[in-house]
Amino acid sequence: MLSRVAESLYWMARYLERAEDLARLINVNSNLVLDLPHRFDFGWEPLIEITGDRERFDELYEELDERSVVRFLVADRRNTGSILSALDLARENLRTTRDIVPREAWEQLNDLYMTARQRTHSGVPKRGRYEFLNNLIRSCQQITGLLAGTMSRNEAYWFIKAGRYLERADMTTRIVDVRSEDLLAERSDDLTPFENIQWMSVLKSLTAYQMYRHHVRLRVRAPDVLRFLLQHELFPRAVVHCLGEVTASLQHLPNHGAPVHAVHVVQADVREVDVQMLWQDELHRFLDRLQVSIADLHGEINATWFAVEQEDEDGS
Amino acid sequence: MAIDWKTYDSRATWDELIGPGGRPRAAARRLCAYLKSLSDEELRERKDAAILAILVMGITFTVYDEEGGSIDRAWPFDIIPRIISAKEWQRTREGLVQRVTALNLFIGDLYGRQQIVRDGVFPAEMLHESKNFRPQCVGIKPPQGTWAHICGSDLVRDASGTLFVLEDNLRVPSGVSYMLENRQVMKRTFPELFHEQAILPVDDYPAQLFDMLSALSPRDGEEPVVVVMTPGIYNSAYFEHSYLAQQMGCQLAEGRDMIVGDDDCVYMRTIAGLERVDVIYRRIDDLFLDPEAFDPDSTLGVRGLMRAWRKGNVALANAPGAGVADDKVVYSFVPDIIRYYLDQDPIIENVPTFRLTDPVEREHVLANLHELVVKPANESGGYGMLIGPHSTKKQREEFAQLITKNPRNYIAQPTLALSTTPTLVESGDCEPRHIDLRPFVLSGPDPYVTMGGLTRVALKAGSLVVNSSQGGGSKDTWIVDTEAG
Repeated sequence: MLSRVAESLYWMARYLERAEDLARLINVNSNLVLDLPHRFDFGWEPLIEITGDRERFDELYEELDERSVVRFLVADRRNTGSILSALDLARENLRTTRDIVPREAWEQLNDLYMTARQRTHSGVPKRGRYEFLNNLIRSCQQITGLLAGTMSRNEAYWFIKAGRYLERADMTTRIVDVRSEDLLAERSDDLTPFENIQWMSVLKSLTAYQMYRHHVRLRVRAPDVLRFLLQHELFPRAVVHCLGEVTASLQHLPNHGAPVHAVHVVQADVREVDVQMLWQDELHRFLDRLQVSIADLHGEINATWFAVEQEDEDGS
Repeated sequence: MAIDWKTYDSRATWDELIGPGGRPRAAARRLCAYLKSLSDEELRERKDAAILAILVMGITFTVYDEEGGSIDRAWPFDIIPRIISAKEWQRTREGLVQRVTALNLFIGDLYGRQQIVRDGVFPAEMLHESKNFRPQCVGIKPPQGTWAHICGSDLVRDASGTLFVLEDNLRVPSGVSYMLENRQVMKRTFPELFHEQAILPVDDYPAQLFDMLSALSPRDGEEPVVVVMTPGIYNSAYFEHSYLAQQMGCQLAEGRDMIVGDDDCVYMRTIAGLERVDVIYRRIDDLFLDPEAFDPDSTLGVRGLMRAWRKGNVALANAPGAGVADDKVVYSFVPDIIRYYLDQDPIIENVPTFRLTDPVEREHVLANLHELVVKPANESGGYGMLIGPHSTKKQREEFAQLITKNPRNYIAQPTLALSTTPTLVESGDCEPRHIDLRPFVLSGPDPYVTMGGLTRVALKAGSLVVNSSQGGGSKDTWIVDTEAG
């Protein structure tokens, strides 16, 4: 398989997953805002920090209010990290690889992009937002399901799957990060119910609440939720599980030694961390480090399969 | 109200399906009877079903638009097929093979000893002024001596019913994917008609193409690596490039996916490292193939590709330089070329063509511009033409000047009354529309001609322009064997 094609498929999957997870991220924050008493109005600033481009936001917007942040993250094409940009990039990557994936996937992604573009105006205000984001999440899942249900388990499929799970691992750390921010810095007993609510809303945004309930029979508590979302081997959005899927996919590809080793290192790091010790700043620092490791992992994948030209231009 | 062939007016010129007095031609009889049996409602349902099938199958041609990304415009399609009898087609196939065989010998000769020039059949000055003659190709002997492996010749019929070759496309002819997809659409839309009669299949083209390409491999004994080379997604024929790669199970590669190694072999960059490429079906013009040999600014090609080809380490189809015979002035010599190399009379005729380098012919053309079609020698896609009967005095004066200044660059032909075929028009009525036909010829060890080809139709009443960019559409083309029942 051509390196360029493999790279496009991998990025298509990453961008599609990114669009879905951004939608989940905005949902969790919207829910938090609704659930918490007004005096804990922690605002939307953390989302900008977590998703990356603070500088770009400041260039484009005067005020850091809900409307601006949501517009920036959902609908602003000038932000390369917005949902719309992610869908556009997913589509551009799929456009060049249409001969590899089933036709229907292209049609659905094209349709998803067109629909999202037409409806973004309803995704920004509070009223239509939940529905807009939920539809978007569902459409992304539909494409993922279509690929899973119709593609041969060939190299193309493994690149798509590796891209999807790598992105998901990264985005799960970011969604958890929303809660690592100093939301309820001074904790007192009368805030306990709210703490529960917040973690519940993180779980729900990842469609993890029901599964969490199956696995953890205690009430919703921070360390348990963290353990579930970071370390669970079976839940498909948990970081350790995602990394396991990355390994499983990469193992089907030629020359996978170095990248697979790199995944194992990150996975061990996540498995071994003591979540009881991760509180607020600690958690934030840990998640940051994890995101850097995931970026390095991508570097390894890139060097092994996509950047064939640099190595071979002078040699073999 | 169903279609009534008695009121269908086919008198203006030759009609492909309906003969004099509204009587369907033999090969079209079953189709016409069937169409007549459908109510307007049923006909409309079939049409809607076909349009839906085209959307669902994603048959598109790409128009790129900055704002909305690309628009993959649905391929305009008419559900009434164009029919040719198997008997007539047999003869046409022979004529096409004859023509392409002679053209290949001609191209090889031009890059070799130029015997045809020495013998005075093809004038030396024509060659010197040819835009598509590539000095880089002189002295090269490609595998099997073939230069134009894939040829798309445009056929038209005039009012008398005679079939002519209008032009030969020997560079990167396109349209074959639409021929294949049109058939798929028709099978979904009119399955019962395929049961009832012998409509000869077209589906083996990709397999034939792959076999022809594989046979060009410079390496013996191994499974050859064949790639389709595309300029990329912004090319209007990208759908076809991708479609053919998919159908043949080949990689669809861009120039940047390949490099030429120190051993002058071509490699593609794959996830397992570099892999040798044996055959390239290139869908990119000569001048963009290799920045080392041609345009140094081109980023679409592969540096050193011509070097690899000259050494015989990779096969290119069509071979660089094949376009020399694509020239419309050369076209006017094709009957002579057939006689010269094959010692046979041409089976399919040329449209009568005036050479403007000849003073007598030029005078005649200049005096009769209002009746003639003037075409530039080296353009394709219907650009830069003068259609005399539809032209203004000012346009004719412009062309008179152009011709006088550079007679080698133009040819003139009488305005043909292209044949028509019944077409469902916007209003739901069935009316005659002008058509042409592009069959594809593969020149491998055994020559292969598509069963029919791509029928293009001018959807506007009276229009002679069949190009999809200018309101043209297409139809399925049926070769019907009436004797097979």
